Amino acid sequence: MAVKDQYSLRVVLYDGDGAQPIPASDRFDATTALLEKGFSVTQAKPGQTVSPIGSAPLLLLGRFANTDAPEIAGTVPGSRVVSRNILGVDAAGISALSEAASLELQAARFGEWKPWFPVIDYDRCTNCMQCLSFCLFGVYGVDDAQKIQVQNNDNCKTNCPACSRVCPEAAIMFPKYKAGPINGDVVSNSDLNREKMKIDISALLGGDVYSMLRERSEKAQSRFSKERDADKALKERQKCLVKLAQSGDIPPEVLMSLPSPDEIARRAEEAKAKAAAALAHQTPPA
Amino acid sequence: MAEVPRILYCHCAYAQVVPAEVKTAVLRKLCDAGVAFDAVPDLCEMSARQDPNLQNLVSGGCVKIAACYPRAVKWLFAAAKAPLPPDGAEVLNMRVQTAEEIVTALLNTGLQPNVPQGKVTAEDAPQPVAAT
Repeated sequence: MAVKDQYSLRVVLYDGDGAQPIPASDRFDATTALLEKGFSVTQAKPGQTVSPIGSAPLLLLGRFANTDAPEIAGTVPGSRVVSRNILGVDAAGISALSEAASLELQAARFGEWKPWFPVIDYDRCTNCMQCLSFCLFGVYGVDDAQKIQVQNNDNCKTNCPACSRVCPEAAIMFPKYKAGPINGDVVSNSDLNREKMKIDISALLGGDVYSMLRERSEKAQSRFSKERDADKALKERQKCLVKLAQSGDIPPEVLMSLPSPDEIARRAEEAKAKAAAALAHQTPPA
Repeated sequence: MAEVPRILYCHCAYAQVVPAEVKTAVLRKLCDAGVAFDAVPDLCEMSARQDPNLQNLVSGGCVKIAACYPRAVKWLFAAAKAPLPPDGAEVLNMRVQTAEEIVTALLNTGLQPNVPQGKVTAEDAPQPVAAT
């Protein structure tokens, strides 16, 4: 099931009026367990502000000794809200209760995919379309105004930051990347010299990313057909790609899973055509 | 009376880029302090999925966010069509700051907006305080 634009479950740990206080250590354990399961958690306190409830499916948890759970203010008509008594329930039990409530409330479930995708800093982006031309996997597209945007983040290859390295403005971030500025850190003067990095990658690949990838793949296929030794062909291909992987910090598995040479050529042409069309649209009429 | 900022904590659950000891300490100290706060498993995932909960997280007035780099946080929210209020958000960076620094800032009722506006360069980074 697609989960884009769907609410995930929000769990409210309540220890205000009508409920017994939850000791800090128990709140910590419960919150940690819930976060690790992919649920948002709100620790509500009387007289203190948290974010509005809106239409999110909501699970209210409290230690209600002799009373029912209180009415929740701020819900909108049609809200999906349930409450559960957690008196005597430990963190694992609270986690299980929340899993069941998530199903009951038909909330979107997250956590099945490492959220690895490009985030564009539009303060830096010049709409040059380098990223769109470069990406073979259709992650990028343009909106109605021909402005670059991330359209298919599920297509992005986990741990591959290659497109951010071809961006001349250091405008593409991967927040879970290890180092700056790709991780969102400030852009240093040396980072601003992005053209150099772009040329370096291009030079490494013999001047044309796609030609080189095609060539490497063809060589590997050729060896395979001559020797009919799958293991040997795989080792050769891996060896060919080590340098590229190291220099661009591109995970070998991404390079090893590239499509066939013909498919690479087709996708590259398609991406270049999309980028060219978007750029042409930007050109003011003479 | 000035508005007291809300607190939002990101657990960065699906990667190891935020030091575990920092995020654990921040969460524990928030629980110990007995303050109200919102906690999310992973802002990146919510942004990627454009979870409408992000709209709620930014729509309730000014907010302090314990997460990662302010530039990344700004554009994660923007990508989910839930832009942070430029003058109403302060981002604490659990990748580089200590848990103590972060919790002190979170529990301080004053707000120091630091969401980047315009191009962020090295000159915009906080400069080390000269020894006196």
